[in-house]
Amino acid sequence: MGILDFLKSRPRNTAVIAKERLRIIVAQERSSRASPDYLPLLRTELLAVIRKYVHVDLEAINIQVERDGEHEVLELSVALPEHKPGPGT
Amino acid sequence: MTETIVVTSGKGGVGKTTTSASLATGLAQRGRKVAVIDFDVGLRNLDLIMGCERRVVYDFVNVIHQEATLRQALIRDKRHETLHVLAASQTRDKEALTRDGVQRVLEELAAEGFDYIVCDSPAGIEKGAFLAMYFADRALVVVNPEVSSVRDSDRILGLLASKTRKAESGEGGVPAHLLLTRYNPVRVEAGQMLGIRDVEEVLGLPVVGVIPEHESVLMASNQGVPVILDEGSQAGQAYADAIARLLGEERPLRFTEAPRKGLFKRMFGS
Repeated sequence: MGILDFLKSRPRNTAVIAKERLRIIVAQERSSRASPDYLPLLRTELLAVIRKYVHVDLEAINIQVERDGEHEVLELSVALPEHKPGPGT
Repeated sequence: MTETIVVTSGKGGVGKTTTSASLATGLAQRGRKVAVIDFDVGLRNLDLIMGCERRVVYDFVNVIHQEATLRQALIRDKRHETLHVLAASQTRDKEALTRDGVQRVLEELAAEGFDYIVCDSPAGIEKGAFLAMYFADRALVVVNPEVSSVRDSDRILGLLASKTRKAESGEGGVPAHLLLTRYNPVRVEAGQMLGIRDVEEVLGLPVVGVIPEHESVLMASNQGVPVILDEGSQAGQAYADAIARLLGEERPLRFTEAPRKGLFKRMFGS
């Protein structure tokens, strides 16, 4: 490195960015790997059923398998859209 | 006892075949009887790296389909008489491999008294890659210090732990070692490349060896001589170290630090 380059600001440390991105995606993929293969399909089918009654997006459905000691718990949460109570409800 | 070692990575072009060739050669240099099998059906390349491409008559798929005997298909290495190459088929599609067929060939090699079987996996996670790892006793996961390679390696580590015979029989999956290849210490110090610790931390495994990025690797493949035989080269020595560690010997890591520059060079040189 010449003296002029030395005086210029150093380039960004992209290896640090790479490591941080990898840490996040690897952790995410490991957790989804541990869950059963049918979860994505179950999520889509549940969405179809729920949509008959309430309009929600796919992202509103959170479904995962938690391990609780000996048991496996299928946890499902649906964030309902905000709506004002209509007349008669 | 025969030990089956799969060399795998997920991503292509990271150095699986180079590693398989040097691993098999290094084990044979130690007097072990070794067979190295190319699982990349349709894209045969191990024969070129081993320098025996003109001596392939029968291949792995011929043996599986009983069109040739194992003895007919095994190519004896010109440099080490205990080393044998089983080439991949160039004409068939990858569906030509079957689990039963692969198992039968591996069992036959064991009965022939081979100490090591090195399975050179194709890239990807399709049938060839699956069968290369399925019967393995150990895995060598080749990874480059680069985001897509590291991510794919993690995927492969997951498959080794779940989709192999050792996993299905409740032995907890195939024990895996990381081999970091194409490592450039100068770029690591400049913050342009993931370092050894970075890769180890992300994947949660220690490295069994670090092979520096070096022109000797390309020069060796040009000539069909496994780079471990270039004993003067850093890459060749790093492979020899990695194999020693795989066999339980302790060796310090070499060629992983950037060469020190003097103050003058740092200020004015490049």
